[in-house]
Amino acid sequence: MTMRRALSRMANPQLLALVGVLLINWILFPNFFRITWQDGRLFGSVIDVLNRGAPVAILAIGMVGVIATKGVDLSVGAVMAVAGAVAATLVVAGYPAPVAVVAALLVGLLCGLWNGFLVAVLDIQPIVATLVLMVAGRGIAQLITEGFIVTFNDPLLVFIGTGSLLGLPMATVIAIAMLVLVTLLVRKTAIGLFIEAVGVNRAAATLAGIRSRMLLMLVYGLSGLCAAVAGLIVAGDIRGADANNAGLWLELDAILAVVIGGTSLLGGRFSVPLAVVGALIIQAMNTGILVSGFPPEFNLIVKAALIFLVLIIQSPLATRVVVVKRPVREAGK
Amino acid sequence: MGGTGYALEARGVVKIFGNHVALDAVDFGLRAGEVHALLGENGAGKSTLIKILTGAYQPDGGEVLVDGQPVSLDTPQQAQALGIGTVYQEVNLLPNRSVAENLFLGHQPTWFGLTDRRKMERDSRAILKRYGLDIDPASELGAHSVAVQQIVAIARAVELSGKVLILDEPTASLDRNEVERLFEIIRDLKAHGLAIVFITHFLEQVFAVSDYVTVLRNGRLIDTRKLDDVTRTDVVRLMLGKDIAFSGATGLADARPTGEVLLDFTNFGRKRSVHPFNLTIHKGEVIGVAGLLGSGRTEMARIMFGADAADEGEVKIAGKPTSISRPTDAIAHGFGFCPEDRKAEGIFGDLSVRENIIIALQGKLGWFSALTRDEQMEIAGKFGEAMDIRAASLDMPVKLLSGGNQQKVILSRWLATDPAFLILDEPTRGIDVGAHAEIVRTINRLRDEGLALVVISSEIDEVVAYSSRIVVMRDRELVAELSGENISPGVIVQAIANHREGTPT
Amino acid sequence: MNRSLRPLVATAVIFAIAYALSILQFPGLFSTRVLGNFLTDNAFLGIAAVGMTFVILSGGIDLSVGAVIGFTGVLVAVLISWAGWHPLAAFAMALASAAAFGGLMGLAVHYLQVPAFIVTLAGMFLARGGASVITRDSIPVSHEFYDWISSLIIRLPGGGRLSFIGLLMVAIFVVGALVAHRTKFGSYVYALGGNSVSASLMGVPVARTTVGVYMLSSMLAALAGIVFSLYTSAGYPLAAVGVELDAISAVVIGGTLLTGGYGFVLGTFIGVMLLGLVQTYIIFDGTLSSWWTKIVIGALLFLFIVLQRLIFAASVRGEKAS
Repeated sequence: MTMRRALSRMANPQLLALVGVLLINWILFPNFFRITWQDGRLFGSVIDVLNRGAPVAILAIGMVGVIATKGVDLSVGAVMAVAGAVAATLVVAGYPAPVAVVAALLVGLLCGLWNGFLVAVLDIQPIVATLVLMVAGRGIAQLITEGFIVTFNDPLLVFIGTGSLLGLPMATVIAIAMLVLVTLLVRKTAIGLFIEAVGVNRAAATLAGIRSRMLLMLVYGLSGLCAAVAGLIVAGDIRGADANNAGLWLELDAILAVVIGGTSLLGGRFSVPLAVVGALIIQAMNTGILVSGFPPEFNLIVKAALIFLVLIIQSPLATRVVVVKRPVREAGK
Repeated sequence: MGGTGYALEARGVVKIFGNHVALDAVDFGLRAGEVHALLGENGAGKSTLIKILTGAYQPDGGEVLVDGQPVSLDTPQQAQALGIGTVYQEVNLLPNRSVAENLFLGHQPTWFGLTDRRKMERDSRAILKRYGLDIDPASELGAHSVAVQQIVAIARAVELSGKVLILDEPTASLDRNEVERLFEIIRDLKAHGLAIVFITHFLEQVFAVSDYVTVLRNGRLIDTRKLDDVTRTDVVRLMLGKDIAFSGATGLADARPTGEVLLDFTNFGRKRSVHPFNLTIHKGEVIGVAGLLGSGRTEMARIMFGADAADEGEVKIAGKPTSISRPTDAIAHGFGFCPEDRKAEGIFGDLSVRENIIIALQGKLGWFSALTRDEQMEIAGKFGEAMDIRAASLDMPVKLLSGGNQQKVILSRWLATDPAFLILDEPTRGIDVGAHAEIVRTINRLRDEGLALVVISSEIDEVVAYSSRIVVMRDRELVAELSGENISPGVIVQAIANHREGTPT
Repeated sequence: MNRSLRPLVATAVIFAIAYALSILQFPGLFSTRVLGNFLTDNAFLGIAAVGMTFVILSGGIDLSVGAVIGFTGVLVAVLISWAGWHPLAAFAMALASAAAFGGLMGLAVHYLQVPAFIVTLAGMFLARGGASVITRDSIPVSHEFYDWISSLIIRLPGGGRLSFIGLLMVAIFVVGALVAHRTKFGSYVYALGGNSVSASLMGVPVARTTVGVYMLSSMLAALAGIVFSLYTSAGYPLAAVGVELDAISAVVIGGTLLTGGYGFVLGTFIGVMLLGLVQTYIIFDGTLSSWWTKIVIGALLFLFIVLQRLIFAASVRGEKAS
């Protein structure tokens, strides 16, 4: 049973797409799969995909729960900037790095809970509710850094962005850890089921005794927390907090990753690992376009094409074709 | 005019969805100046037929004729242009726009491409007057009652089409006075030569306004009769294919000794929702709730369950004062609630049958003590079997099940939590006969096992059959509590109708 | 009072109070010069916001607006400076391509039945990517037609100047209001935003209206791009990044319900002016940093979202009880 499930999981379209993109990269750039060991860590294009893809993957890990509840979190890019600004400003002001990290995470969580409050308690449409922080968040980040790019040399913050553990880039390690933790959190508890139930039918979920408000606070809080983690990585990577550009438009990449990962924007069934695969597909395309010498802007066009492809596959038109097939199979049963 | 004399006719119409034959060679004819009732259980094919006649669906076989000429109705607009107008059950107008715009949308009088509002509002006032409505045409439609919106919808359909009017359960959310007013309008339109199709669940309404009745069952035409020639029993027999009888539901309510007191609601109520009521519920009894739609019966169920919080009065559970302000409070005390609107508030369509059954139990267990898949399978299997849920697999999405089986799933969901008290709001509405009987059987079984139940139903015969006591709701108020000999349809109808000016039927 | 009027009145009152307070602090703000610049500086935003108003009224959203402005700027600059087209021909070309682009997005929204924001997100990527593929640098435009347009100015007493593009924006608002409130197309847009199922049953051509709405939005975005090109005399692929957010903010602050069905084009005009006032105030103050603009806009957004929530939630409850 588990074997068969594992096998069928291998054959899902997202993983096939990732393999396809990687193969195209390999054809365009034969050294793509070459990995070297140097200074105690791995180097190579594939490792680069894992490293560069980590922030979006982490955002997607937070975003997938939000989208599964029929919501969306547009503020994660801005929250990244806020978290980076908090951490950088604190270490520059002389606070110990762990305090700065914890403060940044708390601020991210708080931003997420604010979104959750608007959505769950004030009952505001998620796209509208999170727009507030998307617009104001960058202003707040600039307020914290007073408009400058706050640079730092703190070893811990730099390690988070550029260090390595067991040969893998730290960002990748953090992303894997978050993936494992969040997957366990939603699948080994009832939280995943409740998220899907709220996404499918919130009224019914409330009547069935699910505390949907608390659950929404949780998913938005988690999304904010993930954004803070991604913000720390991005800040550590450039050794500075850039309130204007940190995480700019990454919310859109994260949403795209989740959608590529097969979670419908209309809520319901979701998969954290597949959202991460979605993020890797996006990054593999980015890297592929870079290494094969196309201008990086070309990437946007490919992304647009990818969105349309996914939308067409997920659209009711396509589902209708599948539905017509289904009863035949059942009848044969 | 063709030779048939029908203003609108369907000949041998066939409609197939996937493997399911929704309409099987159905004939239907409608003459000018007559009201023709279309009857059938849910799933009989009424709405499919209506959708074909109004151009929303295209038939897979047979033909539609208007004035004897075969036509092809590809869109609702085309049907409208041929004189066929429709008013749907839920008022399908635009609450965000003015009454006048709702009457004229798509046909606004224009002046060099710009709409002439003043003329539109003047014309609207004249039209509304004909229907006895004196409202400001510039006011937002959403600010008016459902009855007024319904009349505006009829006015729009008649103004735009003017030949055939199809009324799809127009009375579902109206009170008695409003229904009577609607009937006057229907009679008036009939006198003006309109051909009217009238769909309803209420038999007395069929006899009140219709000239002909057509009965569909399982996608087939059963019969078309002139109403002068048939009795109510005949119609029921046509609809069900037999005389109605509810298995296991014959008069055992009376002699039953009542158990100890489980719940005691005193002055329990909520402003603008339901007046404070007193109700004591014993273990092992079924309290039937009778009342028309909008009488406050659903509101009463919702505050009992904490779906809406009561803002006055108190509730004692087994003698202890308790607060129930949220569903989770109620569930913690062993309550369960099957809501009236199964699709909107009951099922999780995309989730599996298994998940739909265990979800309330899991909700009770909390976030962190998750049932394993095997435990879920066992629980779902057990209740699925006990309730005779017909599903190919417990892992299939519940939305693929029939309405009756979905209702059984929701009931199983609560039984899995081992409840002490169940509130069932219209548990048998719109489900097939087999599932209906199964649910009535289950209600009786649960009562015998010592559960307390509150069952809301608009089918009086059914309420009478299984209730130990009956409370009657009217105008958001509990107006009567009946027990013993008083549990009879006649007394209930009287209690519901008391102090009402509507004509008794 | 008609409940959809309430947010509009709130916007107008807030604008009046904010402007009065600003004048009390900086009397210089009350001059024809400032008012004239208000119109000129916000012309491209205002024009784009008219299109956004239609999209939001219909229950959708258009994230591609800023990218279309950027693309149009580049396209126009390339056609004039590289290909030697007359600016009017270049403008016509830009409007035509935007119409096709918006039409495609509308078709996707309608036929794929997916949320508008993901479709227009793809549109944003496409337009931005397309502009960047054409050129990655800023292309200057110098043409006598541009100089002539810039010279079209009405001087006002007190040193104020009404520019062509400022007046164009006002004209677009007037036409936009007429289309929204006095044409069949306008009533169809409100109908879609109110309830698309009802609208379709009432005979509203849903597909045509949806396509029309996105076509209109893209064409107005292209017009905004042309205005931006006249304003800056250049085309740059990364121009007007994030303008869609400003446009959405202006529409919401202007009292239009983000879920569609309720709102006024005039409200959007006040919304744009309110955003302009915030920026002008911060420039006048001198000690406040630019990031306060974002924070204030965010706060205003929040205020209006909550306000609408209260107004509409309250009346829905009231109806149920009656």
